[in-house]
Amino acid sequence: MPATRLMPTEEAQDLIDLTREICDKQLRPKADDGERLAAQGEAHPTEAFRTLGRAGLMSLPYPEELGGGGQPYEVYLQVVEEIGAAWMSVAVGVSVHSLTCYPVAQFGSDEQKSELLEGMLSGEQLGAYCLSEPLAGSDVASMTTKATADGDGYLLKGTKAWISHAGHADFYTTFARTGDSGPRGVSCFTVPAGTEGMTFAEPERKMGLHADTVRQVIFDGARVDASRRIGEEGMGMPIALSALDSGRLGIAAAATGLAQSALDVAARYATEREQFGKRISEFQGLAFLLADMEAAVTSARATYIHAARLKDAGRPFSKEAAVAKLIATDAAMKVTTDAVQVLGGAGYTQDFPVERYMREAKVTQIFEGTNQIQRLVISRQLLKSL
Amino acid sequence: MNIVVCVKYVPDAQSDRTFNDSDKTTDRESVDGLLSELDEYAVEEALKLVEAGEGEVTVVTVGPDQAADAVKKALQMGADKAVHISDEAIHGSDAPATSLVLAEAIKKIGSPDLVLCGLASTDGTMSVVPAMLAERLGLPQVTQASELSVEGDAVKIRRDGDVASETIEASLPCLVSVTDQINEPRYPSFKGIMAAKKKPVETWTLADLGVDAGQVGLDNSWTKVLEFTKRPPREQGEIVKDEGDGGSKLAEFLASRKFI
Repeated sequence: MPATRLMPTEEAQDLIDLTREICDKQLRPKADDGERLAAQGEAHPTEAFRTLGRAGLMSLPYPEELGGGGQPYEVYLQVVEEIGAAWMSVAVGVSVHSLTCYPVAQFGSDEQKSELLEGMLSGEQLGAYCLSEPLAGSDVASMTTKATADGDGYLLKGTKAWISHAGHADFYTTFARTGDSGPRGVSCFTVPAGTEGMTFAEPERKMGLHADTVRQVIFDGARVDASRRIGEEGMGMPIALSALDSGRLGIAAAATGLAQSALDVAARYATEREQFGKRISEFQGLAFLLADMEAAVTSARATYIHAARLKDAGRPFSKEAAVAKLIATDAAMKVTTDAVQVLGGAGYTQDFPVERYMREAKVTQIFEGTNQIQRLVISRQLLKSL
Repeated sequence: MNIVVCVKYVPDAQSDRTFNDSDKTTDRESVDGLLSELDEYAVEEALKLVEAGEGEVTVVTVGPDQAADAVKKALQMGADKAVHISDEAIHGSDAPATSLVLAEAIKKIGSPDLVLCGLASTDGTMSVVPAMLAERLGLPQVTQASELSVEGDAVKIRRDGDVASETIEASLPCLVSVTDQINEPRYPSFKGIMAAKKKPVETWTLADLGVDAGQVGLDNSWTKVLEFTKRPPREQGEIVKDEGDGGSKLAEFLASRKFI
């Protein structure tokens, strides 16, 4: 069942219709095989990203004059949700890509915008976001990757971890230390693919979300021109954190879509499977489980749309973004787990997609800030305002 | 080169399609509709021809108010303008009546170099409107094209049959209907969606075309649906237990159906 949506404009509704058409024809039918192949090797949904890019769906939240779609987050995120309902890895990729463009769009100089952003938003390029390190995850300010001044540029040295699209991306939005240890010593760079001294480790062997290739990115004297430093030296942490507020909303939306798909499969199955002479959906114990799943999906959608509307109105939305990420990804975990339960033994097999959804849901509670970090963000802001 | 593409708004094949009980015409009110997928190939082919040269693509549709969605989709894909003929009196028209309305509309649009149609509508699936339309317009008709090229004042098409592929040439102006093998229709882009909002869509009635209501509609159509029955649900297959003679039973079954 497609989710009921109240879109703010006619073109936004057309955009949702277009997204659903592309999802139905190009993403949903390919997701199962795409994930299976990616788990075995190097298959990557490059073609899916190109299709979305050509349709203009990879750059929706950026201004039209910069080559984007000029859409509010309220609309962009609902597109991400639809994609997440069709193929989670691709939705995460769309969200990550949007995140990688954010520093240039928000903090870049006019020259950087005209030189770099057109390509980033063209739909032909894919970005990677190099922030985390093996020893700097939630405590990201403890990063040690260094950017040492070298003539009119910098030499990067260090290892970034958990990098989506590594090896497939066209540019790498990278955070590295130009100054002292601590949050004020970090700067932001855009490193083009093919830069000498930038290599990739083997892809991580993950529980799910296989088509979202994740690898370490190793910088060993990789040279990046000073013209590709985004913002002033030392501005890196504020840039990274403000990008993350928006990135969290992308993950919340994708997780909502994943939960919706799991609910759809479970509800349909419950009306077909018969036990004790009737459909299992007619047993109230099971119907109530489905009702709780529906309530979880609907509340997840409501929280991310609320945060998006605050952002679109130019109001502070950091706390609400954290709430949305927490609620939506916990909902995805609960709903996908319950979907496996509704399908019983069948749900535990690969004949149905819900076991995959359950594996994919787990990581949404971890990446883009663990849900423990979200609680930290929420509680700090809550108490600060007292 | 100016191209007119005929498109149809059809009930979504994904939903539960039905007929009106009262007059046994296709129910277009209670079912979601869309641009017939087979017409997307004609739109795509027109866009490719114009993009490779010059001219403009006009889409034309005959249908109720909601049929505006079909022309909107074609405009979002990239067509330049659209004409929507909507008139209560057209309701229930069969293929000859529809082709009359389309022919008068195309005459009013101007004299296109090329008229493109899809293979068939995905609801009526009669596949006769292109031929009837060509006849009414006095144009050469080359149908079921799986490949199309324009060279000078002529079109060349490939028509694939069961045993041979024919290459056929016709002089412009002419009418060509295309199959689903001819290209891969593009998706609209978001920019296309935004641009479509500013593209001209004219809505015409029969009076605008000078067509008399007595020539079209259910009462004046040559053909009529008398009754309809829903296709019965598929019956459960026969299960044969293999008791050592499974092979011969399978052969018997296939022979009884003349498969072997």
